[in-house]
Amino acid sequence: MNESLERLSGLLRKEGLQILRDPSALAIAFLLPAMLLIIFGYGVTLDPHRVALAVVSEQPDALTQSFVAQLRGTPYFSTESFTTIQPAERAFDADRVSAIVWFRSNFTRQGFTNGAAPIGIIVNGVDANTARLIEGYLQQTWANWLAMRSREHGLPAGLPIDPEPRVRFNPAVRSRDYLVPGLIAIVMTLTGALLTALVIAREWERGTLEALMATRATIREILLAKLVPYFLLGMGGMVATLVLAVWLFGVPFHGSLLVLTGVSALFLLAALGMGLLISSVARNQFVAGQIAIIVTFLPAFILSGFVFDIGSMPWPIRLLTHIVAARYFVATLQSLFLAGDIWSVILPNALALAVMAVIFLGAARLRARKRLD
Amino acid sequence: MASAPEPLPALSLENVCHRFGSPARADTALANVTAIAPAGAVSGLIGPDGAGKTTLLRLVAGLLRLQSGRIEVLGEDVARNPDAARARLGYMPQRFGLYEDLTVRENLELYAKVQNVAPQAWMARGSELMHMTGLAPFLGRLAGRLSGGMKQKLGLACTLVRIPQLLLLDEPTVGVDPVSRRELWSIIDHLVRTERLTVLVSTSYLDEAERCQRVLLLHEGRLVSATEPAEFAAQTRGRSFQVSAADIGKRQLQAELAQRPGVLDATIQGSSVRIVTAAGAPPPSASARASGRALSIVAVPPRFEDSFVALLKSGATAAAPEVPTSGERAPLAPEHGAAPAPAPLPAAAAEAEPVILATQLTRRFGDFIAVDAISFAVQRGEIFGLLGANGAGKSTTFRMLCGLLPASSGTLRVAGYDLRRAAASARARIGYMAQKFSLYADLSVRENLRFFASAYRLRDPQRRARIAWALEEFALGAHADAVSRELPLGFKQRLALACALLHQPEILFLDEPTSGVDPLARRDFWRRINALAEAGVTVLVTTHFMEEAEYCDRLAVLAQGKVLATGDPDSLKARVRSAEHPQPTMEDAFIALLEAAEQPQAA
Repeated sequence: MNESLERLSGLLRKEGLQILRDPSALAIAFLLPAMLLIIFGYGVTLDPHRVALAVVSEQPDALTQSFVAQLRGTPYFSTESFTTIQPAERAFDADRVSAIVWFRSNFTRQGFTNGAAPIGIIVNGVDANTARLIEGYLQQTWANWLAMRSREHGLPAGLPIDPEPRVRFNPAVRSRDYLVPGLIAIVMTLTGALLTALVIAREWERGTLEALMATRATIREILLAKLVPYFLLGMGGMVATLVLAVWLFGVPFHGSLLVLTGVSALFLLAALGMGLLISSVARNQFVAGQIAIIVTFLPAFILSGFVFDIGSMPWPIRLLTHIVAARYFVATLQSLFLAGDIWSVILPNALALAVMAVIFLGAARLRARKRLD
Repeated sequence: MASAPEPLPALSLENVCHRFGSPARADTALANVTAIAPAGAVSGLIGPDGAGKTTLLRLVAGLLRLQSGRIEVLGEDVARNPDAARARLGYMPQRFGLYEDLTVRENLELYAKVQNVAPQAWMARGSELMHMTGLAPFLGRLAGRLSGGMKQKLGLACTLVRIPQLLLLDEPTVGVDPVSRRELWSIIDHLVRTERLTVLVSTSYLDEAERCQRVLLLHEGRLVSATEPAEFAAQTRGRSFQVSAADIGKRQLQAELAQRPGVLDATIQGSSVRIVTAAGAPPPSASARASGRALSIVAVPPRFEDSFVALLKSGATAAAPEVPTSGERAPLAPEHGAAPAPAPLPAAAAEAEPVILATQLTRRFGDFIAVDAISFAVQRGEIFGLLGANGAGKSTTFRMLCGLLPASSGTLRVAGYDLRRAAASARARIGYMAQKFSLYADLSVRENLRFFASAYRLRDPQRRARIAWALEEFALGAHADAVSRELPLGFKQRLALACALLHQPEILFLDEPTSGVDPLARRDFWRRINALAEAGVTVLVTTHFMEEAEYCDRLAVLAQGKVLATGDPDSLKARVRSAEHPQPTMEDAFIALLEAAEQPQAA
């Protein structure tokens, strides 16, 4: 036992020195996550923002002016005014504007007589998701405007119900707030699976693993010496992402750090298990990298609910997401950040992660032999 | 086994077989190998690349599953008790198993810990290893920054942190300069003497056989001989001769001698030809003549290689029958050869402008000078060698000659073109054969030829003619549709040469063309190269392999980016001839040059 610890300490020291001296390991562990964080934190947002809008007022007057002012007052739209529909439609066809709001010439008259003046809304449906969002924003703005008018004029609103929507859990409805927590899963997949598979493949390529296998070191020590440093590196990545998410991007964190650490550790063990398993199949860095990206990184990105909602996927794909470890982690992360320690979400997901960690690590241990064939 | 009067062997192999791949289409790597390695002695595992040496060593180290047969290391059954067997052996894999991003000290300490050397014991053991390998001044240097010879010594030191009872070394001398090679052998001898260590060392250099007490000779997975090297070499005693003749080119002499009945083998050695006669054939008479000239014939002591070639040629093994032996086929006819014109007389060619002319050629990478002001000239039809260890600057020089890398300073003219201005035009005149035979492994022989023909912009009647020529000339016709990956090494080499010659280049560049190739395939290869040179093709060879150097007309010996000497093999050897070294080898000459180059620095 004492001898085993001695061997393990030698191997761990070696691994640590290699991580510190290898720029590519540090790049995958820190630079890549930082870039992802900046891209998702600043660049990618699923919320429409400053949508170009054509406003056609066939008879501009105080009423239409007031609605246009209401539109401009939101951060969602930038407007361009027209007096007839034809030039507006040309702008729409040329994709200079994403939507048209059309006040017919009888708008004001109808508004005052019937109390419900129709406006025409044309939305570019090429990007269905954005189209629905624009439509929703327009209707909301319209409802707000009507409500405001009825308050100002003491008149009953044109619409009998006040349609003010309520958004729960993400009151600011910022997509950043649910994208950034999911990034922790991506970062941990990078260090746990990709980096681990790569560094072991490198040892195969350079013949160093062959030399180690001919020594007294046991296969368990060799595997453990890979697990421990990359586990620490992955947890480090998690902490760094958390700190940046909360301080730099102002993402709220409602859960407890202890739960986050526990669940992250479970996920990281599963990811490390996958990395070790891949490296037992792929013995050169190119193949190991390809496999790790295809079976761990891409599913974590696409099938985990990180970007795309699992509920709206077709059922075969929904079924497939159950074997993606990141799915369980992303669900937990989103509820930890946005809602808090919701045990009904955390417990089943944590259990699934624990099962996957045991399966992957167990399979990696069973496959690993002190042999080259 | 226990009844044997001699002590238990350190290693015994019984009917060891190994196959790779699926049972349906398996490659036999080892077939029924039964042998022992005596304790306290150096056993050499010798054979060309692909003979099964590495597979055998890995089986002994327990790194491959033993499929059939039995291996015992110091009485421990490797299959049944791998850990016990492993605890008693040290194994150095082919690339020394070093972590290049760790320092010398860190590598040693890692292995000391992994092998459970107690810290107190390590103090003594470490300094002993430092002393033995001379690594002490480099403790803080990254292993990746060491020279090939230093890496080899560090790799050895790492396997010796705990003294094993059986030491397995897989090709420790590949690519290492001859000084380091000699040092390694003296370290091994020292260990065997002082520690009663048993060593099993694999090598593809036949000349290293003579340094072993026992030789296991592998060829295509079969053990063809297991004897003492002297005993093995003695099989051709009285059958080896050195033949020379005034006024006949050595290549012509070699071609003529090779065709004579009773001559089993004829190879060029400097300016003379070494022949081995068939068993029972009469020794060549002093009155023998070649091309009407008198021959001078001197009996020489047999070499290990002579007996190996004799063994392969006598058909005692399942050697590839496709490899044509010299004399069975006519040498390359000039009109089939790559040269556009018949060979000019060597004397006339010497006066013409050199085909390759390097003047003060220098290449720097940052503050590292890879090639330091080297100059040489190569004449038409000459075989010129750049001899040096890995890292001596050969590859950099080669890349500059091919126009792939610009020179930092100096001038370089190839086929009359200045490479600075007309690299593309010069390249069209060059045929290049890379060290690892850069063929497309997934393509068939014919597809490879077709691809290279189109890469050289050959158009159809000519293209078809050249491909037909290549298939016929290199005896590849029967394998035209075989996937290149599956060809034996000798065939790959021939295909690579055929591809390099498709566009009938005037100049042929060869990068370590025959290192690791079996001696018959090497002879066949050089027979073709000699015929090309006779037809006026200029050949430039880089090599670290002494035997290849012997085939060259002239050599430049390189070390640390500098040319140490230029001259023909005989004159280089003559420089170190002395009373105790009446017959110096190329290696002796190289070592003397290296040592002389280090003297002024030390002083």
